[in-house]
Amino acid sequence: MAGESGQGGRTGTIFNVQRGSFHDGPGIRTTVFLKGCPLRCPWCHNPEGISPAPEVLVSDSRCLSCGSCEAACPRPEGPLPAGSVVGRDGCLACRACVEACPSASREVAGRTMTVAEVLAEILRDRPVYEESGGGVTFSGGEPLGQPIFLLAALEACRREGLHATVDTCGFAPRETVLGVATQADLFLWDVKTLDPQRHLALTGVPLEPILANLAAVTRTGVPIWLRIPVIPGVNDDEASIARAAALATRTPSVRRVSLLPYHRTANGKRDRLGRGTDPARGASPTLADAPSPTPERMAALAALFAPTGIETTIGG
Amino acid sequence: MNPRTTRLRQESLDTLPTISAERALLLTEFYREHLGRLSTPLLRARSFLHLCEKKTLFLGEGELIVGERGPVPKAVPTYPELTCHSLEDLRVLDSRPKTWYRVAPEVLAAYEETVIPYWRGRSMRDQIFPALPAEWHEAYAAGVFTEFMEQRAPGHTVLDDKVYRKGMNDFRREIAAAISVLDFEHDPEALDRREELLAMDVSCEALVRFAERHAALAEKEAATEPDPARRAELRKIAEVCRRVPAEAPRDFHEALQTYWFCHLGVMTELNGWDAFSPGHLDQHLLPFYRKGLADGTLTEASARELIECFFVKFNNHPAPPKVGVTAAESGTYTDFANINLAGLLADGSDGSNEVTHLLLDVIDEMHLLQPSSNVQVSRKTPDTVLKHVLRVLRKGYGFPSIFNADTVVEEQLRQGKTLEDARAGGCSGCVEVGAFGKEAYILTGYFNLVKVLELALHDGVDPRTGARLGPATGDAASHATFDDLYRAFEAQLGHLVDLKVRGNQIIERLYATRMPAPFLSVLTDDCIAKGRDYNAGGARYNNTFIQAVGIGTVTDALAAVRRLVFDEHGLSLADLVAALDADFEWNEPLRQRLVHKMPKYGNDDDAADDLMLRVFRSSFAAIDGRPSARGGTYRLEMLPTTCHVYFGEVCGATPDGRHAGKPLSEGISPVQGADRRGPTAVFRSAGKMDHVKTGGTLLNMKFAPSVLAGEEGIARLSQLVRTYFRSDGHHVQFNVVSRETLEAAKADPESHRDLIVRVAGYSDYFCDLSDALKDEIIARTEQTEL
Repeated sequence: MAGESGQGGRTGTIFNVQRGSFHDGPGIRTTVFLKGCPLRCPWCHNPEGISPAPEVLVSDSRCLSCGSCEAACPRPEGPLPAGSVVGRDGCLACRACVEACPSASREVAGRTMTVAEVLAEILRDRPVYEESGGGVTFSGGEPLGQPIFLLAALEACRREGLHATVDTCGFAPRETVLGVATQADLFLWDVKTLDPQRHLALTGVPLEPILANLAAVTRTGVPIWLRIPVIPGVNDDEASIARAAALATRTPSVRRVSLLPYHRTANGKRDRLGRGTDPARGASPTLADAPSPTPERMAALAALFAPTGIETTIGG
Repeated sequence: MNPRTTRLRQESLDTLPTISAERALLLTEFYREHLGRLSTPLLRARSFLHLCEKKTLFLGEGELIVGERGPVPKAVPTYPELTCHSLEDLRVLDSRPKTWYRVAPEVLAAYEETVIPYWRGRSMRDQIFPALPAEWHEAYAAGVFTEFMEQRAPGHTVLDDKVYRKGMNDFRREIAAAISVLDFEHDPEALDRREELLAMDVSCEALVRFAERHAALAEKEAATEPDPARRAELRKIAEVCRRVPAEAPRDFHEALQTYWFCHLGVMTELNGWDAFSPGHLDQHLLPFYRKGLADGTLTEASARELIECFFVKFNNHPAPPKVGVTAAESGTYTDFANINLAGLLADGSDGSNEVTHLLLDVIDEMHLLQPSSNVQVSRKTPDTVLKHVLRVLRKGYGFPSIFNADTVVEEQLRQGKTLEDARAGGCSGCVEVGAFGKEAYILTGYFNLVKVLELALHDGVDPRTGARLGPATGDAASHATFDDLYRAFEAQLGHLVDLKVRGNQIIERLYATRMPAPFLSVLTDDCIAKGRDYNAGGARYNNTFIQAVGIGTVTDALAAVRRLVFDEHGLSLADLVAALDADFEWNEPLRQRLVHKMPKYGNDDDAADDLMLRVFRSSFAAIDGRPSARGGTYRLEMLPTTCHVYFGEVCGATPDGRHAGKPLSEGISPVQGADRRGPTAVFRSAGKMDHVKTGGTLLNMKFAPSVLAGEEGIARLSQLVRTYFRSDGHHVQFNVVSRETLEAAKADPESHRDLIVRVAGYSDYFCDLSDALKDEIIARTEQTEL
């Protein structure tokens, strides 16, 4: 949705602004997480970023059962349970329950921020970017899901001389991708699986437009770092990784490949979203308890990129 | 390490700290005969000579650098002329669970029969306490401040390059020249100067005697040594000890032995705080290193071996035993001898060199508790040096600590030092700044900012005891605005700083007149030229520091009061104070709100950081610029050692949600766990303080090893350091956390909320992770460390 007063007034839905990020592009960066993603990957490590709407998170372990949220909530039935979309079911989106919660066990993922607000936050670390060759990274969720905001924010960064990176799954209308490519200095392009059928089955969207967008971006010359989450049972076999290496080889603007070992990070967040590890609520029964690939395994998979001549890192 | 240094290191680690009564007995013997027959400076110098001539020598198997402070390694002498331990003190030292020292029955007997009967009532401690006003004693007992000089002498001193250029015989010639120009006709202090200079001369002679005794011992052992290789080493040791410190050193071995004799001399004369430090060791050793390599008398391996032998010596010397409040404020065996690396040369050029890297390798390989090490990073320091430091630091030893050489210079220029002296200076102890070899920069004690706030909230009365410690500035209900409360805070602060300074002035004067340090004066410019003792203002520069503790806690407390009471009107100040007095009993939701929902210093949030600045400015205004009894100036420092724990024990609950008795924040670090926005936000917050106006600030930061993995992790960390230093940050110390810490964090998440761990494609706060993931990361950390 567009704001009223020029580009700086445009608003987006943000669920985190992470300063001091070492691993989202070159140097030390601030990563802005935009809410909403068209994919439904079962291994998603930011499940609070999937829905475009603000959602209620509740940490049961921190809750004091003090009743502050109930006393503060104007809704007759009391505050919404974990995982609810703010503003639905009679919720006034007043966030009084969140304000009232003394232990911060009740939070909302997602708040509306203007480009100017986001930029002010980003600029606080300008000396860090200058010293480290860092900048800002727009991630998510899927940042291309809020194209008007993203473009305005990228333009604002450009005016400030900041290095701007976009971390994307690549699933967006072609014109959006190319529009963003005119403003971004670098793409982090996530590649899950290169098997079209499995891609559709696992993420809920087809692979083909993603690859077509990647090819289109390549022609613009904007550099790309491929990021491959290595997921047990999904793409942690040599054949899958070799296909990714082949993709990297035929995509000339790929400057780096990062293999990201799967971790069970999301379980805690899923708990706070009230989804737990219940497959009926979107959790993967196989991934909830899956171990991370071992360092040896990661090294072996990374070695498959050696013939490409492209710098390959594990993590980051 | 080679087999020799591996063994020496292990022996040092395995040796238990003990108390030795030898020094106390020798001193008692000397004082009994000579007290009243000599001027005070000569009494001190002659007793130093007596110690150097009589003390038991130690020459360990395989040692190359020789000399111990006690009769054997880790045998710690006592200083009954400063503090005469009671039998009860000695039993406590022997039996306490932390920083104990074994006390043998014969030590107890010597104390009971000889030492205590002579020194009780004569020690400095027994002279200081009765001289201080009752009000001072009440504030001291309540934990408003501590007093460094009640058990240890003023010290904290660092050597410059003079002993590598001059021997004791050179100093004696300078002393003779200074005596020859004394003007008895016009200078009313000429006699005092002569006595002081004669005392300095005796102390030079004493150290030479001490070295000659070592030479004789080595010669004697060489005569009976069956192994020809060791025989040659013993002869070399004898040759070195015949040469230095009487004359200036000629080679690398002599240079190290020279410093070590000076170190032992300073630590035998008195037990000055923070031992004694060599300063810019890499710069001092460089000419000897290059010369030795060039003329073939030294190799990198032999230089490394000598440095390792030298390091073991520091580790053999636990801090002199401390009891009571002083043990609480500095509860550690570390005596804070600190080796400086890199930095600047006096001409302003980069001071790092190949010996910097050699020393870093030794620090890494030996990872001993002592000596501490630090690096001074200037704009000119190459990244290769900083990255080498960070690769050592990443292993989780907690050292070297990192200082901003450019800020260190600027701080000293503000204090009125010359540019050259400032550049040749640096940091010692924890983070304190001084002009090496030219300054007496005396720390006087910690000052409890949180107690000050507690008094402001309670009309000047200590809620713990009911004792009135400060002026009546009104009870909680009387403060209608935040500024009213802040004025009360400033009034309490001013009153208690005045009281602390009154005490310091008395103590400084007692040391100046009754406990001179002639040997330390020889090593400190311009004591010879002035004919004045180190403890009496003889040094070129004289700064006296008060170290403020708890600025993070007091900032968060004030921020919470301002937000909750005066902005949101959620609670009256009187009700908040009542909740604090009850330590939040039945009021956990209020405490949680204070912990989670109020502005916190360390998050680049001006709502908190502005108050940090306000408290800093008030503290600075109360302390900086006041004249000291030594003719110097009072200055502010921001460091705690372990005093934030003791000060926390004497403070009730605070408006930041801290429970009664829990530790305060340390240094200028945020309250433990309150910084939730990552390292760049901490640096931004801490960088808002005007570090240049201090004599040192201390910032600690925790990282998990995995965050700093690989060369990219090192690059990022070095960039963070450079960024902080661009904002004039004085010091930063990285704690790369261990498995134990992670497990403690899992058991007690609230105290570890700021712990950052590398999770997957991003880093996160450890405590925000699920238990299963925490377990996984704990396991992963071990893999990282394999």
